[in-house]
Amino acid sequence: MPILAKTGNEAMAEAMRQINPDVVAAYPITPATEIVMIFSGFVADGLVDTEFVAVESEHSAMSACVGAAAAGARVMTGTSSQGLQLMSEILPIASALRLPIVLCEVNRALSAPINIHCDHSDTMAVRDFGWMQVYAENAQEAYDSIIQMIRISEDERVRLPGMVSTDGFIISHCMEKIEALEDNEVKKYIGEYKVINSVLDQKNPISIGSLDLQDYYFEHKMPVVEAMGKAKDVILEVSKDFGKRYGREYGLTEGYKLKDAEIALVAMGSTCGTTRAVVDELRERGVKAGLLKVRVFRPFPAEEIVQALSKVKAAAITDRSDGFSNQGGQLFTEIRSAMYEQKAKPILSNYIYGLGGREISLEDIRKIFDEQKEVADSGKVKQLIRHFGVRE
Amino acid sequence: MPALKDLATRKDPLTGGHRACSGCGAPIIVRQVLMASKDPVVVTCATGCLEVVTTIFPYTAWTVPFLHNAFENSAATCSGIEAAYKALKKKGKVKTEHVNFVAFGGDGGTYDIGLQSLSGAVERGHDFLYVCYNNEAYMNTGIQRSSATPKGASTTTAPAGKVIPGKVQFQKNLTEIMVAHDLPYVAQSAVGFWRDLTAKAEKAFSIRGPKFINALQPCRLGWGYDPSLTPELGRLAAETCIWPLYEVENGKYKLTYKPKEKKPVTEFIKTQDRFRHLSRPGNEAVVEEIQKEVDRRWQALLERCGEKAPQ
Repeated sequence: MPILAKTGNEAMAEAMRQINPDVVAAYPITPATEIVMIFSGFVADGLVDTEFVAVESEHSAMSACVGAAAAGARVMTGTSSQGLQLMSEILPIASALRLPIVLCEVNRALSAPINIHCDHSDTMAVRDFGWMQVYAENAQEAYDSIIQMIRISEDERVRLPGMVSTDGFIISHCMEKIEALEDNEVKKYIGEYKVINSVLDQKNPISIGSLDLQDYYFEHKMPVVEAMGKAKDVILEVSKDFGKRYGREYGLTEGYKLKDAEIALVAMGSTCGTTRAVVDELRERGVKAGLLKVRVFRPFPAEEIVQALSKVKAAAITDRSDGFSNQGGQLFTEIRSAMYEQKAKPILSNYIYGLGGREISLEDIRKIFDEQKEVADSGKVKQLIRHFGVRE
Repeated sequence: MPALKDLATRKDPLTGGHRACSGCGAPIIVRQVLMASKDPVVVTCATGCLEVVTTIFPYTAWTVPFLHNAFENSAATCSGIEAAYKALKKKGKVKTEHVNFVAFGGDGGTYDIGLQSLSGAVERGHDFLYVCYNNEAYMNTGIQRSSATPKGASTTTAPAGKVIPGKVQFQKNLTEIMVAHDLPYVAQSAVGFWRDLTAKAEKAFSIRGPKFINALQPCRLGWGYDPSLTPELGRLAAETCIWPLYEVENGKYKLTYKPKEKKPVTEFIKTQDRFRHLSRPGNEAVVEEIQKEVDRRWQALLERCGEKAPQ
């Protein structure tokens, strides 16, 4: 396997080159611009067969993706933040029409105030649109996940679009060592795209996108519900198979030194890497600390999270986004809801951190664990929801 | 230009029984455009009357492949299909020799919310024809003003009231905006001129690259007239030079219909409820302004066409 030095964006673009989609329609936006830039270079150099549609906006990017996918093409795109929001009208159309579009996302804070740095508010804002969501911890995982997402989204049990996101600048612009697959290997792994319906089929002309009122709409939303249910199994299946072939298995969640942990931190994205380092340090000091990484947010791995945290005394759920519900960040509210019927569950508290790219340091993570130790010992939470790292 | 008897043998892209209002001009435009195509067609459509009346699930009136995505993206959606066709044809996965990709949108989906999507798609040079069925307001949602609504017309968001006599502004000249994109083919036509519209569609289909046709579609509901008069009102719009018929091929203007006698705008205005308030005392100046603007635009068009104004 080739060992390469790649930034997150380069790794995603490389995966796209190897996937060689039929159509890419995309619009540049910081910090995802490079993905589109690098890919258009591949097109210009004849390294891919892709029809690249350099649209005038993200709205048109997703619109063209829907058109191309409805015509039976394997379709990809990339975006971030405001770009994802501009696409958002079309995102639920893509899922409801069961078009397996794969999107390379780079997490960036939403305006206003305008900011180009990382938080998860952009993807969290579109979490309920029927798209699968994977939050990668590093460039390697982003690369692997994009390739896996092709298989997952095109699986006939799923046939839903999916996005894989990396933390803006932290992953997108930092160079890491990645183990890539050979071009032929990727081609073999993803296989030929299987067309189910196409507007290019003149023998069987179909109408897609009909007006659908009270008498059918509900029934037509149910397949999306069911597909999202099945997506969990398919993600695990694909992940296991990928692990068997290439030695890297990810799953829906990953516990790190969690089995005997008394205190835990739950995180998504690059913060998991920082947390691993602190967990190691605490373990050396004899503190039973662990990490639960939530990699897949849609479909939401409720049972897995409940199971993984069942023996933990206190858990800090970290959210790099605030849903303005006054009930904590999105990860917290979902986990808290999943815990409701459980008898054995940890005391939960929520740390909303890192908005607009505010740094989360080793020291910050240590502090969170220290506080969790106090919660575990006292059995009491001083403050259920905290905005951590914000100046008073 | 195919003979009428040849056209009659071609596949009808729309079956009867769709739910358009009696006297609706939109299906007339769809048929006269698509039946001009000798090659297979694929249709995209903006959200609007046409999509609503032709597709209520579980029915569809379309006998040709059809995709409705959203309101403002008929052109972008069509461009994606065209890109997919090119990619799949290159790989031998699609065999059809040539396909005419046609995007439909009303004036809302074209002049207003979809203008950016249209501008982007034609600038990128996709091989498709965009047809605006222009009924001069948002008819699907109940006759709200658009930038295609003519001055003086009463709509539900620019109603004729005690102090404001309907829409204050003149309509945007979208056809000229499309000409400014330097497309290989831009044309303006109207319901009531089947030969003109079909010939323009046929010419558009013979040209590779982006094409645009702006077809005026009288709307009995929004304009307020007897449904039997739809084609006549299209003709009257051209005879008064409110809606001239012309085409621009590679930048060259050509008038395709010259009224023998240029009728005053009042001939058009008096036929429709949307202008009824203009006949009330005190609104004479509005009618005068409309006449003046129609004359100015007509004169400018004649100059571009290298024509002299008829008496």
